[in-house]
Amino acid sequence: MKLKQISVFLENRQGQLSHACRALARAGVNINALSLADTRQFGVLRMLIRDHDRAVIALQADGFVVRVTDVVAVDVPDRPGGLADVLETVEAAGINVEYMYAVTHRTEEKGMMVFRFEDPDGAAALLRDAGFDVVPDAELARRTDTAKD
Amino acid sequence: MVQTDSPTSFHPASASDYLPEGKLRALQLQRLQAMVARAYERVDLFRQRMDERGLTPGDVASLADLARLPFTVKNDLRETYPFGLFACGLEEIVRLHASSGTTGKPIIVSYTAADIEVWKDAMVRTFACCGLHAGDIIQNSYGYGLFTGGLGAHYGAEALGATVIPTSGGQTDRQIMVMKDFGVTAICCTPSYLAHLLDRAAELGVPVAELPLRAAVLGAEPWSDAMGRKLETLGGLKTYDIYGLSEIIGPGVASQCEAQDGLHVFEDYFYPEIIDPDTGEVLPDGEEGELVLTTLSKQAMPMIRYRTRDVTAFLPEPCRCGRSLRRIRRIGRRSDDMIILRGVNVFPSQVETALMAVEGTLPHYQIVLTRDRGLDQMEVQVEVTPEFFSDEIRKLEALQGQLTAAIESVIGLRVAVKLVEPQTLQRSTGKATRLIDKRPS
Repeated sequence: MKLKQISVFLENRQGQLSHACRALARAGVNINALSLADTRQFGVLRMLIRDHDRAVIALQADGFVVRVTDVVAVDVPDRPGGLADVLETVEAAGINVEYMYAVTHRTEEKGMMVFRFEDPDGAAALLRDAGFDVVPDAELARRTDTAKD
Repeated sequence: MVQTDSPTSFHPASASDYLPEGKLRALQLQRLQAMVARAYERVDLFRQRMDERGLTPGDVASLADLARLPFTVKNDLRETYPFGLFACGLEEIVRLHASSGTTGKPIIVSYTAADIEVWKDAMVRTFACCGLHAGDIIQNSYGYGLFTGGLGAHYGAEALGATVIPTSGGQTDRQIMVMKDFGVTAICCTPSYLAHLLDRAAELGVPVAELPLRAAVLGAEPWSDAMGRKLETLGGLKTYDIYGLSEIIGPGVASQCEAQDGLHVFEDYFYPEIIDPDTGEVLPDGEEGELVLTTLSKQAMPMIRYRTRDVTAFLPEPCRCGRSLRRIRRIGRRSDDMIILRGVNVFPSQVETALMAVEGTLPHYQIVLTRDRGLDQMEVQVEVTPEFFSDEIRKLEALQGQLTAAIESVIGLRVAVKLVEPQTLQRSTGKATRLIDKRPS
């Protein structure tokens, strides 16, 4: 139920962001979702990538520091309150949300959110039991393979 | 600038500055012989080294014989930490001070009551050298605490008879208020602090050049004539370079006089030699080399031929002020990797100790020194390693905070820590370029 997310450390210098994306492009790797968290001095680029092993190798070869983290993707009904329902469920169980971001692919009337939880296994199980659609790796792969923009 | 200095005023303590050379040398020899005997009897490390060379205190029959005696180096103080070089017990010691060692442990120095009197005397003579007298109002912005600068200048200024304001370092706006409202006539601080203070005063619209402030007694870090002239113009004052080091006494080893040309060494207390740093040979007067100092009056911690790592030369011509004390050229550089930042001694190896304490291994790092509006700034750039790269921003920030705190606890200064990408810092085949100094001199 968990997905592998790739995080890259970037200094706040011109060209660093494009350099990382170009490295992935050269490796023939496609980014399915991303978010960029920044501070005054540095940023952390987080990405969902189908072929994450190849992505890690490509980024490290170009000198980037890379970390792979477990995240949970959830289909969120695309209506007001959709996201709040998910968040209230995990908060009631005392599970902390470290960060979250949306995924580019939208299906039917649902948007997909990626969450980093302190306890990804516990959170994923809790959400599924509460009736939310947790999107496993295989399903994300299927959606992104067939998506045509 | 209000003229309150009296060119004909003369402090009795300065009499020792004008001893005829013959008398000075005789006094020095007499004191040297007593000092070597004391150190031989009471300091194990010194006695061992003398014994190894087959020397005894009786072998010092002339000042030239000093050249036969062993050197003392900073490492000796580190290895005998805390009290291994003391020549008497703590019951006779009335003061302890500390300064930076090369790693985590500081250098400890000690004073008996008589040593404190010597220190006071050297500082009175320093202030008199700078044209200060009992009528002055002296703002002491050297740091008070373990650092010898604050208390050294304080006791000397009080003994001079001046009115002393112990502002210590920091709180610049308040210092400017004191300077303006208390009629301060002289300030003691580091040259970079004075630059910072003048800058800030200009921002606040305080016309320092029109205040009674007429002299700045500047030390604890190297500075150039050019910087001095700039400070004099900005501040409407005269600048005086003073020199000292904790291992010898603190401030009070040497001082510029009103000629502002070279620093007179108070050599009846601290005997100077210039040596070739590689061979250890004493060099002829006028040649540049490493300054070596021997304390002639210290009881608690005699220092025989202490290698300062400061590079300078004697100015052999007599000074127009008439003092018979020999002058050394302004100290510009050192022969080791010590950095002086806002008057504080910092060794790159100390930064390494701090980084290792946090990360367990030594990451690639680089120290970059800059000067921002007069204040020295240090930035330690540390490469992020895979082990320490956390995906969470707050954990990275926490790491940055831990590194900053670790460095501060070792060197005593808060510096900036910047996390950088791996492979971005210079690597070299030989000694890594750990330090980039962009400060103008």
